[in-house]
Amino acid sequence: MEYLGELILIAVGAAIINNFVLYSFVGICPFIGVSRRVDTAFGMGCAVTFVITIAALLSWTFTYYILRPGAPLTAWVWHLVNPDAKGAVDLTILSYIVYIFVIASSVQLVEMYVRKFFPPLYKSFGVFLPLITTNCAILFACLEIMKHVAGASDPSKVWDLGRSLTLAIFGGVGFTIAIVIMAGIRQDLDNCDVPKALRGAGITLIVAGILSLAFMGFAGVNTQLVVLMGGAK
Amino acid sequence: MAKDGPTSAERFIRGILPENPVYRQLLGMCPTLAVTSGMKTAMTMAGAVAFVMICANIITSIIRNLLRPHLRILVFTLTIATFVTIADRFLAAKLYEMSKQLGPYVPLIIVNCIIICRCEVCASKQSVLTAASDAVGQSMGFAVALATIASVREILGAGTWFDIRILPDNWPNWGIMVLPPGAFLTLGILLGAANWIGSARAKRTARSGCS
Repeated sequence: MEYLGELILIAVGAAIINNFVLYSFVGICPFIGVSRRVDTAFGMGCAVTFVITIAALLSWTFTYYILRPGAPLTAWVWHLVNPDAKGAVDLTILSYIVYIFVIASSVQLVEMYVRKFFPPLYKSFGVFLPLITTNCAILFACLEIMKHVAGASDPSKVWDLGRSLTLAIFGGVGFTIAIVIMAGIRQDLDNCDVPKALRGAGITLIVAGILSLAFMGFAGVNTQLVVLMGGAK
Repeated sequence: MAKDGPTSAERFIRGILPENPVYRQLLGMCPTLAVTSGMKTAMTMAGAVAFVMICANIITSIIRNLLRPHLRILVFTLTIATFVTIADRFLAAKLYEMSKQLGPYVPLIIVNCIIICRCEVCASKQSVLTAASDAVGQSMGFAVALATIASVREILGAGTWFDIRILPDNWPNWGIMVLPPGAFLTLGILLGAANWIGSARAKRTARSGCS
């Protein structure tokens, strides 16, 4: 029950309260570039959610077993090479290089796999896949997971795979929500007389500011949720 | 390199205003929005980006003849990731408070499109000197953009500039300006202003060209 409650808090936090786009400012480039029409925006959102989940799965595995201080696999190898060594090996300094490598290669693999086995799916979001490598949202999710796996002082607070995947999936869902709302607004904006200088990115950013203002209203939902779950128990 | 194009000096000037990475090319939006709640964080970020961009451009330019076309993006990102790790460790060692404030946005420099774009467009085709001056110009342009946004946000939001009080004490702080929505609004309005100035200037030169 407690574990489930924590998952719900992580999910709500990632998707709505600390929305990736409107609160943490990651993934702004596709948010501005691919939010012209609702269907392409939705496709982009799905592609990001898909890749973010796979990248989170891989980066959690790497962080947990290899990179974090005292990780089992590294410790084992280190012990083989250097039997009398003491202390834990800390490879977190390599994490950025490992993550970017994981993201770039997983995007490539996903693209090839989807093209081979799910041609209709490839047609619907294949074009967005290469763009995703440089999407900060993916790396941001990996870094958040790393913060909770390698940075946790207390061993019982180290995130397991379930929590990491929840963060990743709902972060992607939050991105999809934001980009679809944005695309809906922009479709209606086509009928408006926007000042010439603001057309394109300018008005999009201003609308995003107002959306972000609206999403600030969700702050405090998490404390209320804790109260609710405490009451239910 | 026998490619006709702007010289090193022209590339340097061009990066600052006419091809400003933020206002003209709309690249590198994430750090632009995230770190501009105050001048100090903005300038630290600009410094880190400048370091990474110059080093990555020089390295890319040195190895440009060894690059294979289908692997180049991967090589660029790995080069950038190396220098970002250096910058991140340096910040954590020397400016610990600042590095905590910047949080994940220092590692996110890796996926900053400005740097990858400059590696791809300029450094992978030009000599080391040209690539370096291009990187310096672009990072100056980035710093100028960050400074304008951060000034507006910090002065309106907190009444201070570089933590120095410049507005009278009875100024009501626009708290929203230092929060996420303020970033979007400021950048949107400044972008509009930049476009407006740009189109006004283009009109003026066109008119003087006719007469």
